[in-house]
Amino acid sequence: MLQVTDLHVTVEDKEILKGLTLTINAGEVHAIMGPNGAGKSTLSAVIAGKDGYEVTQGSITFEGQDVLEMEIEERAQAGLLLGFQYPVEIPGVKNIYLLKSALNAQRKAQGLDDIPAPDFMKLVKEKLGFMKMDASFLQRAVNEGFSGGEKKRNEILQMLVLQPKLAMLDEIDSGLDIDAMKVVADGVNSLRAEERAILLVTHYQRLLDYIVPDKVHVLVDGRIVKTGDAELAKQLEANGYEGIEESAA
Amino acid sequence: MASEEMEQLVRREYKDGFVTDIESDTLPPGLDENTIAFISKKKGEPEWMLEWRLDAYRQWLKMKEPSWAHLDYPPIDYQEISYYSAPKRPEDRPQSLDEVDPKLLETYEKLGIPLHERAALAGVAVDAVFDSVSVATTFKKELAEAGVIFCSISEAIRDYPELIKQYLGTVVPVADNYFAALNSAVFTDGSFVFVPEGVTCPMELSTYFRINAANTGQFERTLIVCESRAQVSYLEGCTAPMRDENQLHAAVVELVALDDAYIKYSTVQNWYPGDEEGKGGIYNFVTKRGDCRGERSRISWTQVETGSAITWKYPSCVLRGKDSIGEFYSVAVTNGRQQADTGTKMIHIGEGTRSYIVAKGISAGKSDQSYRGLVKIGPRAKGARNFTQCDSLLIGDTCGAHTFPYQEIGNSTATIEHEATTSKIGEDQLFYCRSRGISEEDAVSMIVNGFCKDVFQELPMEFAVEAEALLNVTLEGAVG
Repeated sequence: MLQVTDLHVTVEDKEILKGLTLTINAGEVHAIMGPNGAGKSTLSAVIAGKDGYEVTQGSITFEGQDVLEMEIEERAQAGLLLGFQYPVEIPGVKNIYLLKSALNAQRKAQGLDDIPAPDFMKLVKEKLGFMKMDASFLQRAVNEGFSGGEKKRNEILQMLVLQPKLAMLDEIDSGLDIDAMKVVADGVNSLRAEERAILLVTHYQRLLDYIVPDKVHVLVDGRIVKTGDAELAKQLEANGYEGIEESAA
Repeated sequence: MASEEMEQLVRREYKDGFVTDIESDTLPPGLDENTIAFISKKKGEPEWMLEWRLDAYRQWLKMKEPSWAHLDYPPIDYQEISYYSAPKRPEDRPQSLDEVDPKLLETYEKLGIPLHERAALAGVAVDAVFDSVSVATTFKKELAEAGVIFCSISEAIRDYPELIKQYLGTVVPVADNYFAALNSAVFTDGSFVFVPEGVTCPMELSTYFRINAANTGQFERTLIVCESRAQVSYLEGCTAPMRDENQLHAAVVELVALDDAYIKYSTVQNWYPGDEEGKGGIYNFVTKRGDCRGERSRISWTQVETGSAITWKYPSCVLRGKDSIGEFYSVAVTNGRQQADTGTKMIHIGEGTRSYIVAKGISAGKSDQSYRGLVKIGPRAKGARNFTQCDSLLIGDTCGAHTFPYQEIGNSTATIEHEATTSKIGEDQLFYCRSRGISEEDAVSMIVNGFCKDVFQELPMEFAVEAEALLNVTLEGAVG
């Protein structure tokens, strides 16, 4: 589904990713772990198309399409969706309006008409309930005045409504208490499906107790230095990244 | 996104750029006492009105054009301007829309203002100003039954001289400022509204202004008076055709609210802003002031400013009456080479007076925008309160936004709150929306409309819809 090959990325002339290769197949859940500054967030940002990241070498393809040639919105419409570590506040724009615009943009790209309002409401209410969110969330401005946990839940809500093919979640666990983490993890787990892949970027193993990955990659200094299964995350928890770096060296 | 793309995104062509071919009875350029006498005679005015105009003119001659605003424009040659332009047949003015020149109706159609339908559907009375003479007035009867006077200022001078003498120039004196003095000397039309004691005007009043004859300054004069416990909501909307020479517009609007009266004045302004180089746009020097003369009176200004090459405009409130309230809600959008220096003045004179200011400025392209606001609390204004919030949004990195807040506090019991923010239209916000699949253009429009929401919700319903549409058109670009 997603193929990242020998990816080199620089930010403000500093090379952050130094030849990263990664293959994600449909139905898989991947976790990327690594110390601060290793380039974890850079990877998901580049895949989503954020400005300011220069790809100097390598390629990214998604279902055979050259991702780097696609506009940001085209990537999302194709089913590549990024859940933000720091969701952005948009004052005055209702949450429900953003959700609806996003869904309709996706449908338009698929040649479908706008979703009828009653269907949309039904869909959103169902997903809200799943994320244990109050209906008042819909009327509030996007992320404005949301607590950290509310913002993260809102990101997952968007995922549940938009049903991406590849959901990328950047540090979705940061700043969450244990109850909120369970709700978020339930939301993510509900996205698991044969036709869908999930990419988790995380600093801590904790999240992976709730969302058990098929594959864990350790990213150190711009490269994946080790790949394993969920057990690898537990080793990391016990031995830290340094042990991995040494064994990789 | 590169700033260049941003620029493209916000560039657009003026959609209402066309000229209606209607024969004008236009005075040659130039201004002297004869010009004023001509205007006064053309309007069939009484002698005292001519004297009032001449007094204003003589004071204007001694005044200097203000230069303190953060604006840059070539000197205006006041002798190069024609001061009167009217449709050819002023004597047999139409009594109903059926009699209106079809060309004129066509103009409204092109503007997307199907006057007859709109008026009928929305229940809005329309005093259409075309060039300088009102040509269509509807719903007059219903208003008359309620005792509300709504007519052109020229008619009012002829038909209600006592009211005009009592109120005209009492809020904005003839020599208040350079442009107000000029307006007082040469104003050719505008509206007069009088709502008698205890009456709530049965409909929202609306005027559409349109500058049409080439090289003609437009000098509107509007006076709205609400007696005790009277209420009115007045809507003003403007657009103008594309033009090569700069057009001067110097309007004066005076509002008077007596005890417990409430005047809500809403404007959507979309005058031609000039081409990408700023050529040909309207110069808009406007004096708008409301006088909360009575106790517990309230005056509310709401404006959405998207047009003009130069905007110089500070709708203000003089809070004279005890516990009176002044409000100013503004969205100003500048694009291309537009320049705007706009804001408000809240003059607290009476005890317990309150004012509320929410100003939103959006700058794009190579435009430059300033918010200039004065909050003045007089020594007798015990317990006066002001809240000011002014936010600027920058689109791209070739535009400018400035804030000039002035406070003169002559009273220790006053409470003043001021909040100001300047933000660049978030690359982060744009990325967030786009990464949800929303196109760049829709994302910009969504973010900008969200930014303006506090103000838009103050607009009457149909105007709010229009304002949102206008904003989208203003920021519409070459994308897509």
